[in-house]
Amino acid sequence: METLSKQVQEKKTTAAVKVSGAEAVLKCLLEEGADLAYGYPGGAIMPVYDEIYKYREKFHHVLTRHEQGAIHAAQGFARVTGKPGVVFATSGPGATNLVTGIADAQIDSTPLVCITGQVASHLLGSDAFQETDIIGISTPVTKWNYQITKASEIPEVMAKAFYIAKSGRPGPVLIDITKDAQFGELDFEYQKCEKIRSYRAIPKFDIEKIKEAAELINAAKKPLIVWGQGVIIGGAEEEFKSFIEKTDIPSASTVLGLSALETSHPLNVGMVGMHGNYAPNVLTNSCDVLIAIGMRFDDRVTGNLQTYAKQAKVIHFEIDPAEVDKNVETDVAVLGTVKQTLVEIMQYVKKSDHKIWMQEFDKLLQIEKDQVINDQLNPTKPGLTMGEVLGGINKETNGDAVIVSDVGQHQMFACRYADFIKTRSNVTSGGLGTMGFALPASIGAKMGVPNREVVAIIGDGGYQMTCNELGTILQTKAAVKIVVLNNSYLGMVRQWQELFFDKRYASTEMVSPDFVKLAGAYDIEAQRVSKREDLAEAIKTMMASKEAYFLEVIIEQEDNVFPMIPTGASVSDIRLS
Amino acid sequence: MEVIKNFTFSVYTENNVGILNRLSAIFLKRHINIESMSVSKSEIEHVHRFTFVVNISEVLARKVAGQLEKQIEVIRAFYHTQDEIIYNETALFKISTEHLNDEKLQKKFKFRRAHILTITESFFVIEASGTKENIDKMYRKLKPYGLLQFVRSGRIAITRPKMEISQLLAEIN
Repeated sequence: METLSKQVQEKKTTAAVKVSGAEAVLKCLLEEGADLAYGYPGGAIMPVYDEIYKYREKFHHVLTRHEQGAIHAAQGFARVTGKPGVVFATSGPGATNLVTGIADAQIDSTPLVCITGQVASHLLGSDAFQETDIIGISTPVTKWNYQITKASEIPEVMAKAFYIAKSGRPGPVLIDITKDAQFGELDFEYQKCEKIRSYRAIPKFDIEKIKEAAELINAAKKPLIVWGQGVIIGGAEEEFKSFIEKTDIPSASTVLGLSALETSHPLNVGMVGMHGNYAPNVLTNSCDVLIAIGMRFDDRVTGNLQTYAKQAKVIHFEIDPAEVDKNVETDVAVLGTVKQTLVEIMQYVKKSDHKIWMQEFDKLLQIEKDQVINDQLNPTKPGLTMGEVLGGINKETNGDAVIVSDVGQHQMFACRYADFIKTRSNVTSGGLGTMGFALPASIGAKMGVPNREVVAIIGDGGYQMTCNELGTILQTKAAVKIVVLNNSYLGMVRQWQELFFDKRYASTEMVSPDFVKLAGAYDIEAQRVSKREDLAEAIKTMMASKEAYFLEVIIEQEDNVFPMIPTGASVSDIRLS
Repeated sequence: MEVIKNFTFSVYTENNVGILNRLSAIFLKRHINIESMSVSKSEIEHVHRFTFVVNISEVLARKVAGQLEKQIEVIRAFYHTQDEIIYNETALFKISTEHLNDEKLQKKFKFRRAHILTITESFFVIEASGTKENIDKMYRKLKPYGLLQFVRSGRIAITRPKMEISQLLAEIN
């Protein structure tokens, strides 16, 4: 920590107070405005928990039922607020139980500060009880991590952790603190970190690139925008809307970009990717300029790279230089925060009109409506569809709810059919695809935005991965609305088995317990719906509840998500059935 | 078809614990075999320099440099082709003393940068430095004499083009 020491010596803002390392952790969190954490105590983090007890008037801790629940809850909180989620866990199994959530947060650029206890420093490397090398384990999936072995390091490292977690492209940070460092004493002083010499949170801005991009945009006849979560992370929703409205460019979202622009906006042409909308996927291979804004050309978005937008000039607005040319070669890379670069480019782009080009989207949208969407939203077949459940939720919430989805078919239905009118309303596990994410994430999301409705959409498979977190709801009274779409299958895998493995349903049929009784055991009001005529009323009852509510919807067993780009296929080869 | 070439990476980092793990993980993730690696202090106080040697395509080298540079404690990561660097590797060859007076052997290690480092009753040690090819050649020549031990260092390299680390650090600070 040599580099930080100098800065701290130069700028001291708080008078030194002698405290324990454990207390310093709490003081640091409060200095950073973090007064809520999720976690699970254990031997190696007990000194910190003792301080949490002492600070209980100022600092709120949520005891989850598993460390995975804690970290997903922190992710939910971070995604709806933009602030780092804080997690505590003990050493060994406590720390390793965080790893899935850390990896999820890393790939989805979610700011987290994870604090794990560690065995005393003299025991490090001795295979002591509950010792694991969590620094080694978490290195590939954290933005930064650090092991503290001396109490005196705590303020500097914590300040650095918060700065790294939330600046630039956000991400998870893990701080591992040995037990002796928690017990040790230090003269506590705190200075927020504002700079690390080796870390450039935001790359250098280049006006020439802005001009080059504007030239291409102004000359384009068939431009297409694909935006991602960078718009939300950068808080650039208004700038983004002004940009697309001035340039009149049809714009499509990635899964994580959803809700940055309201669903009903006339230039919002839907979602790209494997289960995205027909028009933006097909027309990716017809556009003359492809403008990627705050997205990273994930393979689920691009399909086969050899055939992806080869005809188009590609402009990439991106904060992370390592993402430029990583998957798709760009013609112009505009580095910086989307908020800054979109403001700058507005001076150089001309007001345009792309109505004729837009008509091509409308034509394809009509095809998708006729062949897929209408059947999903207004089905005539006997079984309930996932699409109509989402349609029912839209009707009751008017698109104003935070939709937290788990992973699988229901996730894609949620992303395709949920209406969004506000930003930060779509919380889902995008890059890692972590089943079990939604229930705990919805708890965190509700705590982040307590005045908003939070609806978790979960499959019967993912629900059973973390349904122990109903206990957290019981204890915290988090008023989340849980909708389990039960098709008695691991639906997405079953769909692939149907389409690509000759219907050999290997280990995807799932027998579940009585979910309504299970919710009842946790004192959560619940009901089950299996008939279409009962659905609307059930959703109405759920949304009218002021408390947590569980709704199980028995849906058609072998419903499939279409459109679909099979793995390795081109985006323009998207299948409608 | 992308051409696979020999690239030397120079990575300037803060002098903090654990960075090696982070850097090596980037090569590991892409299944790139590290041919050689060395770490040392650099010309700048508190700044360390890692030198990695790998055989990959230039496109991949550019991506790897980007990923390396993305790490919080990495100040800059450069990659160089063979003709952009002046480099050195060192090797030690331990041979039984019975061959010490073998004239043929003496001729074999008498190249520009090889000398006997030590002689004992049972063995002697030749130290050689040079390019990878020089060391490989020397190895092939000495192997028939029964190498008791052989070890070679990672590459260290100085670049012909200017690397403006000090200037960059001055800008940052």
